[in-house]
Amino acid sequence: MHPTFSIVFFTTASGAGFALLLLIGVGVPLALLPDDAGFGAAALLVAAVLIAGGLVSSAFHLGRPERAWRAFSQWRSSWLSREGALSVLTFVPAVIFAFGWLAFGATGGFAGLCGFLAAAGAVASVYCTGMIYASLKPIRQWHNPWVVPNYFALGLMSGFLVLDLILRFWVVRPVGIGLLSLAAVLVAWWIKESYWRSIDAGTAASTVASATGLGRRGAVRMLERPHTEENYLLTEMGFRIARKHRRRLRNIARLAAFLVPVVAVLVALVWGGGAGRIAAAVAVLSAALGLVVERWLFFAEARHTVTLYYGADQV
Amino acid sequence: MTDLPASPPGRKQLGLVIDLDICVGCHACATACKEWNSGGHMAPLTDFHPYGGDPQGVWFNRIHSFEEGDGEGARTVHFPRSCLHCAEPACVTVCPTGASYKRAEDGIVLVNEAICIGCKLCSWACPYGAREFDADVGVMKKCTLCIDRIYNDNLAVEERLPACVMVCPTHARHFGDLGDPNSAVSEMVARRGGLDLMPELGYRPVNKYLPPRLDRMAPAPGPAEPPAAPDPAEGNRLLRWIDRLLSR
Ligand code: SF4
Ligand code: SF4
Repeated sequence: MHPTFSIVFFTTASGAGFALLLLIGVGVPLALLPDDAGFGAAALLVAAVLIAGGLVSSAFHLGRPERAWRAFSQWRSSWLSREGALSVLTFVPAVIFAFGWLAFGATGGFAGLCGFLAAAGAVASVYCTGMIYASLKPIRQWHNPWVVPNYFALGLMSGFLVLDLILRFWVVRPVGIGLLSLAAVLVAWWIKESYWRSIDAGTAASTVASATGLGRRGAVRMLERPHTEENYLLTEMGFRIARKHRRRLRNIARLAAFLVPVVAVLVALVWGGGAGRIAAAVAVLSAALGLVVERWLFFAEARHTVTLYYGADQV
Repeated sequence: MTDLPASPPGRKQLGLVIDLDICVGCHACATACKEWNSGGHMAPLTDFHPYGGDPQGVWFNRIHSFEEGDGEGARTVHFPRSCLHCAEPACVTVCPTGASYKRAEDGIVLVNEAICIGCKLCSWACPYGAREFDADVGVMKKCTLCIDRIYNDNLAVEERLPACVMVCPTHARHFGDLGDPNSAVSEMVARRGGLDLMPELGYRPVNKYLPPRLDRMAPAPGPAEPPAAPDPAEGNRLLRWIDRLLSR
């Protein structure tokens, strides 16, 4: 599948933003995080920018962005519609929570309830993002039980890393969040490796024989394409990436998204203050780069059944 | 709504039956489709650089060619590919806007271009590559089963057929109600062992493909002839001359 930059950016940014919203929405009302208004303003602003930036970027991918509002209507059947509707709805409790906290210093009661609701909306939105891909049967690498956990774990990991960095401007050495960030990165790493193992080991569901109904005489091969030139199907769904590059890009993702953040978080756990902040910033930047590579690969490695009509033996 | 209409058994399901045994791969159906639909319900079928070095455009029907089998038993099979108007079309249920829909009255799957946002998700959800994005208009396009021909009172009754079916010179394409087990097309499917494409994905395509007949197979290659024994006449000019004379 063709990796469109706006979607790669949208899913990574909104994943991080929603996870950050989840952590603040739960952590602050439960007094697990400081209720300092400055911290609140910074963390909520970053979450809002990540989520809204992602949503706006996803609209750029549309053929008719001016009609984007129509996408909220089909929540009964469409995961994409549910994702759109929920991510916008989540802003309602999030804004009330932010207002109560920043304007009145209230983090419990109704404001706290809104925090929980915003957190629930964030979880539901990320679940919908994962299901958009996991529900597509023509793409074996997406129609896979690891895809939804993958979206959750990678989002949560980036949310923790961002929170850890912001928190360090208010708390000298936030050990609890540091340890949780470390755990989140390790879990995400394990889930990503499991996903990669699963798609490498999985057997093809569809073959050129099942796609054409041929095969009673023997093996089926493509002889000729319909046209000599490219078309939408080939550029959108026929995107291919060499095995060599795939290996290299997976290693870059391993290094940037997981290994460097693990080391940086460990460093930040030991040193507080300025060094800790630098280490936490390194973790965030490296993870951002790594996750963009990871998300790009998530598309590039996915093979659509339409390629069976254009020379693939099995997908 | 992109919810699917209920489809009780016997509900009308218009579709095509494509005979892979006799399709000669002439691309007439694809050409007629392009011609009719360039002015039809989903018009335009935009072409980019049609006379340039890198022409590209929207087609509802594309003709692929495959080889089946090896050696002398093999044959070429031409394979027209278009929307199968599936009974369980995920292309419809994934649509966030309601632009994609399946008609309750005849099962035809259509796109309402006036509300499509061009998110392309439906083209990802179609296993068969039946949906093509029109980058010029910014919306998704697909086969309409010539909805503007089959119900068109301005056409003579015998012309109320999809353009591809009308034009096929070998009669490899048939149109009818596949929801009715007694229709001509359903009987043809039963007689010829008509197939669903990629049944494993569960889209339950309405269009059926008739596989090439096996009894029209080229004769299987017989056992190779034993190598000729050394000719005793070798070297004898007279016998060689007789041999040549007799083998004329
Ligand atoms: S062939 Fe593709 S576009 Fe047509 S109904 Fe089936 S899934 Fe939808
Ligand atoms: S491209 Fe149009 S028809 Fe297809 S899913 Fe998106 S809005 Fe629906």
